[in-house]
Amino acid sequence: MKRKNTFLIFMVGLVYFFIFAPLVLIALTSFTTESYIAFPPVGFTLDWYSKVFANKTFISSFKLSFTISLAATSIALLVGVPGAYALSRNSFRGKKFIKDLFFSPNLVPQVVLGFALFTFIIVRLRLNVQAALLLGLAISVVTYAFRIVGASIESLDYAIEEAAMSLGANRLTVFFRIVLPNISSGIVSAFLLAFINAFNNVPLTIFLSGPGVVTLPVAMMSYIEYNYDPTVSALSVLLMLMSLAIMLVSEKLVKSGR
Amino acid sequence: MSYLELKNIDVAYDGRHKVLDNLQLNIEEGQLVSLLGPSGCGKTTTLRVVGGLLEANAGQILLGGKDYTNIPIHKRNFGIVFQSYALFPHMTVEDNVAFGLKMRGDKKAEIGRKVAEILATVDLTDLGKRYPKELSGGQRQRVALARALVVRPKLLLLDEPLSNLDAKLRLKMRVEIREIQQKLGITTIFVTHDQEECFSISDRVAVMNGGIIEQYDSPENIYSYPATEFVARFVGYENFLPLERTARGLASGGSIDFKIDGSRLIPEREGLKGTIRPEDMVILTPDSPIDHNIIEGQVEVRTYLGKSYQYKVSTAFGDLVANGSSQRLYAAGEKIRLHLPENRLIVV
Repeated sequence: MKRKNTFLIFMVGLVYFFIFAPLVLIALTSFTTESYIAFPPVGFTLDWYSKVFANKTFISSFKLSFTISLAATSIALLVGVPGAYALSRNSFRGKKFIKDLFFSPNLVPQVVLGFALFTFIIVRLRLNVQAALLLGLAISVVTYAFRIVGASIESLDYAIEEAAMSLGANRLTVFFRIVLPNISSGIVSAFLLAFINAFNNVPLTIFLSGPGVVTLPVAMMSYIEYNYDPTVSALSVLLMLMSLAIMLVSEKLVKSGR
Repeated sequence: MSYLELKNIDVAYDGRHKVLDNLQLNIEEGQLVSLLGPSGCGKTTTLRVVGGLLEANAGQILLGGKDYTNIPIHKRNFGIVFQSYALFPHMTVEDNVAFGLKMRGDKKAEIGRKVAEILATVDLTDLGKRYPKELSGGQRQRVALARALVVRPKLLLLDEPLSNLDAKLRLKMRVEIREIQQKLGITTIFVTHDQEECFSISDRVAVMNGGIIEQYDSPENIYSYPATEFVARFVGYENFLPLERTARGLASGGSIDFKIDGSRLIPEREGLKGTIRPEDMVILTPDSPIDHNIIEGQVEVRTYLGKSYQYKVSTAFGDLVANGSSQRLYAAGEKIRLHLPENRLIVV
């Protein structure tokens, strides 16, 4: 028993090491006084952090990424939540096909999707780049809404809805007063996952960029191509902190919602 | 005219597989009527059709003379208690119970008063602020009952409400349900597969099989005078003798003429059977003066039931089952004479 425990702890330690070591490395390099990314870091400075905020491209692309990811995630949820509800509560011809369609979004490589959206929406329909970006990201994350919210709905006893109806609630009231409060944690986790995925997306957004429309990950990539300094490390640390903050806040929300 | 009338209800899944077949049922106001039958007999389907949870393919539902067939569920004002109780997990007991009143648009003070009143009725006054997951099975059951009753429904529908409770609680709850039902005088349909449970609290019982009602009668009549072989088997009749009509009456195997209760009509059809419960069979002592309705046989197996012993007896009509007292025991292989009293021998 004792030996097994040590082995388990060793393995878990190894897993955590592989996950966190690169993150720690990045974090450490962001404090170096050298002008290139080096390990171990030399000295200590917060200059690279101030450089992040001084960089206009980073700031504007962060704003773009944040708003467009938020909007795309909202669209995905507005489509996905009622869609998942309709799919789980009704039976009709072709239901399985539609379900599979929504559940397997990443069968098509995102590069292909990005290229397709580029040629169709931007070149053919001549819509602006933001619209294409918004649509592309919404399509790529709608699956999270479907999968996670769908699972929440499936685990909800349908008799609860029938009971509400028998007490005088119509379909709409049942959805908002009975179903929604009971799948809120599913919606929050779907929102999170979708948002973070939209925010970090590169293969799709790299196609759907244009003058003045560059997402943060794409901006970071092109920055690294020409500058190999710890600004990117500092920016990475800031993004990690943002993800962490979102997670903590949402966890609080989910818990207090119960 | 009855309070609730179900007329020619047909339900078929996939348009072919018939679940309810031309079902007719009349229920008087204030009565508790049970739908009894094995799983798949259509009892829950009937309840769902009445409740508006399921649309019938054909037929009509009348309540107090008004056509309810096309009234949607949320406008019927029927109280439904589900097998899983279906409490709203995100609401307290009070909010669960108040939900129906809020939907009707009752005033706040009114809602508070009615909720307190019904919680007192089901003995849950102290638990109003709890959430469903903090309650025991019996308490959840009572919340479900209170939630359905607080809106003063025109009809109370109970779908196997006791099947998730342990045996002791089940006995207690069924008495409570009957008590509340009688106090409020609310017309109730109770779906169950448990014969004892249903007999104990029902005014009338509809025994269902294969989408039709085999017999609709008082529990006493169903117990003593089953109308069909299915009903007889379902309520514990174990002995079945093929009967044929003769000039003098009814005979079995062409040899024994049976006397039967003359006050009851014998069905006008072929393939009649005489049936009798094991506990109604009488094992005759050699000096008994009884000279009719006697079948001779040989004991095959004796089993102990607590109150009595049960014998499996092989006879010319096949194996029969008879109960006997502990005053005189018979061993396997012993020859005995079985008497089938004419008032307990039922023709189906």
